[in-house]
Amino acid sequence: MSRKLLLEHINVPGINTLEVYRQKGGYRAVEKALKTLTPEEIVEEVKKSGLRGRGGAGFPTGMKWSFLAKPEGVARYLVCNADESEPGTFKDRYLMTHIPHALIEGMIVSSFALGAKVSYIYVRGEMMPQIRILEKAIAEAKAAGWLGKNILGTGYDLELYVQPGGGAYICGEETALLESLEGKRGNPRIKPPFPAIAGLYGCPTVVNNVESIAAVVPIINDGGDEYAKIGIGRSTGTKLISASGNLVKPGVYEIELGLPVEEFIYSDEYCGGIANGKRLKATVAGGSSVPILPANLTLKYANGEPRLMSYESLSEGGFATGTMMGSGGFIAFDEDQCIVRNTWNFSRFYHHESCGQCSPCREGTGWMEKVLHKIEHGHGSMEDVDLLWDIQRKIEGNTICPLGDAAAWPVASAIRHFRDEFEWHIKEPAKSQTQNYGIANYAVPIEKEPVTEEK
Amino acid sequence: MSDKVKVTIDGITVEVDNGTTILNAARQIGGDIVPPAMCYYSKLEGSGGKCRTCIVKVTKGSEKDPRPMPKLVASCRTTVMDGMEVLNITSPEVLEARAGVVEILLINHPLDCPVCDQAGECDLQNLGYEHGLQKTRYEFERRTFDRIDIGDKIQLHMNRCILCYRCVFTADQITNKRVHGILNRGDHSEISTYIQQAVDSDFSGNVIDVCPVGALTDKTFRFKNRVWFTKPVDAHRNCDHEKCNGKVTLWYKGEDVLRVTARKDQFGEVEEFICNTCRFDKKATSDWTIEHPTHIDDTSVIASNHYETLKPLPVIKPNAALQAANEIELHKTVKY
Repeated sequence: MSRKLLLEHINVPGINTLEVYRQKGGYRAVEKALKTLTPEEIVEEVKKSGLRGRGGAGFPTGMKWSFLAKPEGVARYLVCNADESEPGTFKDRYLMTHIPHALIEGMIVSSFALGAKVSYIYVRGEMMPQIRILEKAIAEAKAAGWLGKNILGTGYDLELYVQPGGGAYICGEETALLESLEGKRGNPRIKPPFPAIAGLYGCPTVVNNVESIAAVVPIINDGGDEYAKIGIGRSTGTKLISASGNLVKPGVYEIELGLPVEEFIYSDEYCGGIANGKRLKATVAGGSSVPILPANLTLKYANGEPRLMSYESLSEGGFATGTMMGSGGFIAFDEDQCIVRNTWNFSRFYHHESCGQCSPCREGTGWMEKVLHKIEHGHGSMEDVDLLWDIQRKIEGNTICPLGDAAAWPVASAIRHFRDEFEWHIKEPAKSQTQNYGIANYAVPIEKEPVTEEK
Repeated sequence: MSDKVKVTIDGITVEVDNGTTILNAARQIGGDIVPPAMCYYSKLEGSGGKCRTCIVKVTKGSEKDPRPMPKLVASCRTTVMDGMEVLNITSPEVLEARAGVVEILLINHPLDCPVCDQAGECDLQNLGYEHGLQKTRYEFERRTFDRIDIGDKIQLHMNRCILCYRCVFTADQITNKRVHGILNRGDHSEISTYIQQAVDSDFSGNVIDVCPVGALTDKTFRFKNRVWFTKPVDAHRNCDHEKCNGKVTLWYKGEDVLRVTARKDQFGEVEEFICNTCRFDKKATSDWTIEHPTHIDDTSVIASNHYETLKPLPVIKPNAALQAANEIELHKTVKY
């Protein structure tokens, strides 16, 4: 059994109430932080812990905090990004539903560390139950004196608000989230200036993922050094992985970073293998926007070393043979899944969710979606595959926000690794409508020797 | 840091004020190295960064931090640093990316230039000639919208819109109240007013001038004439509107003033915004004091019929050496 930090008490009945949460050691971190530590010390602890942003980019949280500008007389804000809408990711929703106080406790400590007097939790609009849960939890915490004026008699004031979003994926991008929070259209801002300099209402702002903020609680309780001992290399601590797809036991798992991918998929402690005794064909390791990998590259690097669940290990091999940690939305595909259909589905999502601000993403996502629809439905031609490659290359890196990249990568990686499946759809249009391409050679184990990958 | 910084664009070094964007630094140099800008408008605060046609490559960040920038950057929103080195037309990567942006901008554009009033003075048309492919690879139905009248003087033809947001910024910043914005998202987004309310403001006509394409057109001029048959003349009048200085360009066809626009500089940006009275209501020569023919520094067809340059256009003869040098470009129709 690996260590659980966030989900330790997840199965305790009534953990969503303040009373039970408190019995299980909740709000210790607030007491410790507010009474014995200075804000600078907390930032230092988080820096020492090596905690990396859990929302997708994996930027070190402590570093992000230390970049926050601190001009005199200007308010600072902490915004929690709970606009979790990436297909395949549902860890934050799970956390907020079951242990809302973990997030609130993390918010109090983090806000204190950043000197924020008002903090927001921006929750995705579709998550109405979670919004109610959080509001109830905040009311409980406020009644018990953990929020509001003069918390624990330390003279620190904090107001915490829950803001429902309008239901747009793009509002998970931090600057779009801030625009939306200000009541405007959720268009990403052009950086610089970064939110740490001019964010919400033009004031210095830190935007953090739900899980990152919740992870501050064990860091303060046990100390940053202790947290840094868990995990491997620069990927420290534990990470929530939302596993979905053709798995025996899909769900949210807390893993110690550095767990082998093979163990995560096949061990009974975690996903328990592929459902219905089928074979693994491909995985998307970190939510829909990271590159998709065939089974053999998921389990091993191109040189045959086992791949681990960590930021570095998943991205080993770059775009050619690697993927990314992303937000931890692990999707497994068995041998009966069609990668072309899946790619089409993903690009349909990005087409729908593009904000329409900058041209490559606005027009390009729609174009990719149409070409993929054509191929998937048996009307494609060989040039279409090259065309798709060309379109994704023109989107990637040329947009204001990372949504363009997120839309381009799944298409790029699907063509890179599953090109023969695309070509099969084109060569056998009638067949492709009734049956699947199958597992082909995607699960052929990689021998432990240097293998030259195509492209 | 001193007030002046040095920046090198395509090998040409220029000294500019601190805080200048790369695009404006390039405009100070002028010529071919100025990146095209479809959405940036120097008179509108916050504009730019959206169309991505002005992307450039920064090969050296600054004197202090010489690392290159990892991605191509939008030159209209990136400020120069001392010692920065930028590649625009000398970088094949930039030209390719720009051609990609142009292609992408055109996939949902109706390409109805033969019936579009903007043809001849259209930024997208110029850009398409310069960077576009001769054939589209887009084989699907283009998105379409109905034409909307916003007010009795302006028509919105959303099909042609490239969502540069210039008119939104104009409505926000030049006029008193916010009259229109963007509805929906992605490639369904459209410029619109709230529940089709008419745009009603003294300066609303300026959205026509800032529009880089033919999405917002002057209803008093629609289908009257092609712009290259009209003769532009600078004129002024004493406008009693407090914010309008009455300096305009009149577009003549014979004796008639077909339309009135604000004066535009060499980058296609208006010098001063003008009021609706000057634009729509004063269409008689007697209303105006004529100054001189407008200097048109435009490479498009609009300059060809201009009497400022009385030299006839050179007859184009095939030049074998030139064709050999440009073989790749000429073969773009068949391959690429």
